[in-house]
Amino acid sequence: MLLTILVPSRHANVVRWIALIATTATLIDSIWIFAVYDFAQGGYQFDLQYPWIENIGFLGENGISLHLAVDGIAAPMVLLNGLVGFAGVLVSWKITHRVKDFFILFMALFTGVYGVYIGQDLFFWFFAYELAVLPMYLLIVIWGSTNKEYGAMKLTMVLVGGSVLIFVGIFAVFAEAGAGTFDMAVLRDIEFGRGFANTFFPFFMIGCGVLAGLFPFHTWSPDGHVAAPTAVSMLHAGVLMKLGAFGIIRLGMEILPAGTDFWMPVLLVLGGVAAVYGAISAIHQTDLKFVIGYSSVSHMGFVLMGLGTMNNIGVNGAVLQMFSHGVMTALFFAMVGGLYDQAHTRDIRVFGGLVRKMPLFVIFFGIAGLTSLGLPGLSGFVAEFHIFVGTIDTFPLFAALGILSAALTAIYVLRLMGRAALGPFNPRWENLKELSRWEIAAAIVLIAPIIAMGVWPDPFIDRIAPTVAELPNIDQIGGLFTLSSLTGR
Amino acid sequence: MDLEYQLIIPEFVMAGLAVVVIAAALMFRQVDQKWFGYFTAAGLAVIAIVTAAAYWNTNDDFGTVLAVDHFTVLFRVFFLGIAFFTVMAAVQFAGDRLKNHAEFYGLIVFATLGMMLLAASRELLTAYLSLELLSFSFYILVGFNKLNPFSNEGSLKYMLLGAFSSALMLYGISLIYGVTGTTTYSAIGPDVAEGTRNIADQLASFAGGSGGVDPDGARPGLLIGLVLIIAGLGFKVSAVPFHQWTPDAYQGAPLPITAFLSAGGKAAAFAFFLRLFSEAFLPAAAEWVWFVGILAAVTMIVGNLMALQQTNFKRLMAYSSISQVGYLLVGIVALNAADIGQSQDAASALVLHLIGYVTTNIAVFAAIIAFYNRSGRDDIIDLRGLAERQPFLAFSIAAALFSLAGMPLFAGFATKFIIFQAAFNNGFLWLGAIGVTVSFVSLYYYLMVIKQMYLYEPEGSDRARFHVSRPLAGALVVLVAGVLFIGLYPTPLFDVIHSSTEGLFEQAAALSASVVGN
Repeated sequence: MLLTILVPSRHANVVRWIALIATTATLIDSIWIFAVYDFAQGGYQFDLQYPWIENIGFLGENGISLHLAVDGIAAPMVLLNGLVGFAGVLVSWKITHRVKDFFILFMALFTGVYGVYIGQDLFFWFFAYELAVLPMYLLIVIWGSTNKEYGAMKLTMVLVGGSVLIFVGIFAVFAEAGAGTFDMAVLRDIEFGRGFANTFFPFFMIGCGVLAGLFPFHTWSPDGHVAAPTAVSMLHAGVLMKLGAFGIIRLGMEILPAGTDFWMPVLLVLGGVAAVYGAISAIHQTDLKFVIGYSSVSHMGFVLMGLGTMNNIGVNGAVLQMFSHGVMTALFFAMVGGLYDQAHTRDIRVFGGLVRKMPLFVIFFGIAGLTSLGLPGLSGFVAEFHIFVGTIDTFPLFAALGILSAALTAIYVLRLMGRAALGPFNPRWENLKELSRWEIAAAIVLIAPIIAMGVWPDPFIDRIAPTVAELPNIDQIGGLFTLSSLTGR
Repeated sequence: MDLEYQLIIPEFVMAGLAVVVIAAALMFRQVDQKWFGYFTAAGLAVIAIVTAAAYWNTNDDFGTVLAVDHFTVLFRVFFLGIAFFTVMAAVQFAGDRLKNHAEFYGLIVFATLGMMLLAASRELLTAYLSLELLSFSFYILVGFNKLNPFSNEGSLKYMLLGAFSSALMLYGISLIYGVTGTTTYSAIGPDVAEGTRNIADQLASFAGGSGGVDPDGARPGLLIGLVLIIAGLGFKVSAVPFHQWTPDAYQGAPLPITAFLSAGGKAAAFAFFLRLFSEAFLPAAAEWVWFVGILAAVTMIVGNLMALQQTNFKRLMAYSSISQVGYLLVGIVALNAADIGQSQDAASALVLHLIGYVTTNIAVFAAIIAFYNRSGRDDIIDLRGLAERQPFLAFSIAAALFSLAGMPLFAGFATKFIIFQAAFNNGFLWLGAIGVTVSFVSLYYYLMVIKQMYLYEPEGSDRARFHVSRPLAGALVVLVAGVLFIGLYPTPLFDVIHSSTEGLFEQAAALSASVVGN
């Protein structure tokens, strides 16, 4: 995939089309994987394994192998990445500066994200994780805006700092297991002692949590979002931040389950704080991207809360929220990008009555906003509902906090809509045109799953639930809220 | 004793090549000087290929002083490759900015010869002489740009400190000789293993009686000698606190020599380090490993922190190479007397990291040389806008710097992963943790360079796009491809290395077997 991009040189349109074809192919592949994933069977499927280094010295059989597989949690994530990547290429159509370099880096990022979702070997998992983070720096520095040097450097240093923790954790796990392999399938079956797990769980939790906007380490995220170009913001907020939460599931909960008892409540508290804090911060922002950046922190706080509950409903909700927020925030950024390219400002205060000039923009933006505040019928509701039900069961107080922050979300989203989209028309924007057809296409690609998940979440829950139920140390509290459970099927 | 001279033919040919190049320059004065460079490069390439083909399966000793085994052959080819790429990168540079080209190339060949002998040495004095051949060539080469005061200053500092370190090492060697009565690695090994009991017996017989002499009484002498040798080697590889000469020498030397010094000089010293410590001193590993461990930690930390504030690219690379030495020393720390398999893994990891580092470093320097040929400047800030003017150079530098920082896709990631793994396995979790943390620091200063190239528009009077000369560009493509290859699929290389390090531990394995037998 990457190689096809490397071939053509200066023909911008060729590069664009190849990127589009490649992402279309991966999108189709992602949909296929999602559709074909056999939820009745559960567990890991599509298992592929190629040896890379083995049987030398400290590495035993299958020491490091290119091992790929998809489980019920990864399946929606793969779909999410396919959708956002495809939409990202569409909205990047109008980039004219160093087009080829842009798409190469974009595809590297995209590939890295896939690698994390489907990697089953710690070496390649980490490899992909770094690959997903690394191109960000160049993407932001070259094509970004608003304080991009600062934002890019901060983002890179904080994220790589997190990956240092993961790296140390991976080695500790490898050495403790003594199995001579980095294969997660083997490591999952090894029981690590409680002391060891308690010591090294935070390496994974904080290391990955940094990427998911874990509370004290979240400050890179709004800065990075604001500085990044549109498509990168989309991938970044839409998919990359999910890698963090996904990493906590993969490395933390699956490999070191003994550490969850002690650390998961901590994660829940930090997630709750992030949810409220992010929402309050978002209310005060005047830059559109900062609003969405902080709202991402807030929504990722929900995800972390959901994981922290350690019961089936909460974790399910977390995974649903990862998907829902991924699509929604990608839509947000795509719309803001479309507006910014014309208006060259993102200051909420100067906009007004945009609905007159850009009705489609307002509709799409409105859908994203309503998803964000959890309107029933859209995906955000399904996800947040699960999370709150899960949290009430374990920590009722924090469920209240979460619901409070959902209410705060309503404040900033509605304020945004009221100011910018509706309200009195500001004549300064007489010349604004409707979104380009590429952007409309991207928006439709992203809105489809939002609505689909909102009205018919079964396909998602069917895939996620069995896998979540198989996670170690998960409490089972009652059934899940699917159509099938309501109709008693 | 029958000496099998055919074993060291490559060394003879190398010496011949150096003499021929220098002599040819005297005979053919009209020939364009660059042909001497290409002739040297061709000679090196041919020797490398023939050596690889002819000696691959050799496992023999030249008397007691040189071993021609897998390890030697691997390093012979490796050093020849380093010299080849250095010469390729140097041709245009030397043509523009240096005089006496033939001597320049001749000295590079002599230095390479020193490296090859050093990797093969199994005897302390031979090793010392090879090291001096190498060092003397470098003293001259660093000061080769004789009208440039920086070059002279660097050369002088390097020579004075180098002489001092040689003295330290010689003193160490003499102590080892005094205690064990031998300078061959194979004879030192058992003495070290048995607590120098043989010597104590001899002393006792000298003293004219039995008893009264502690069998371990000679131990302190041995350890002091060891520490002195480590210190002397520390100078050569520029480990902190013996690193002070490095930035000045790197900055003063002509660019290709900086490349050669940072790649070849280090590689040779580590080949020596590895052979000496795995063949002779491995049994006492428990006693020196902590010392090297501290050295490695300090080197990694200081090297990376000092690099943060550099503004000159050569000085930045000097500190970056110091920090890389720290990572390499981690490989020495992972040697373990009780576990030969672990030791061999550590040695292989070290060699792999060495090859990855050297490939990357030469790539950086080749690209910088190409830039310098055009601009004549080497401050970091001069790289501004390089991505616009010469995208390929900018990409090469960016890829190589990411590799040095240990980012995936590139060599540095895989090799660091494996070397830290070896340290973790030997119980040095803290050392690996320091290593990973400072690699993270290093990313910052590498990114500062990359930022200059990609973020800003070109400045100054010269903003045009420019071309890189064909041979240099070709060499660069090969090097960058090598960096990517090692990063993505190091397995074949690792297998070769692993089979080559086996020979290093034969003796240690036999010794530990005999100890178990007793």
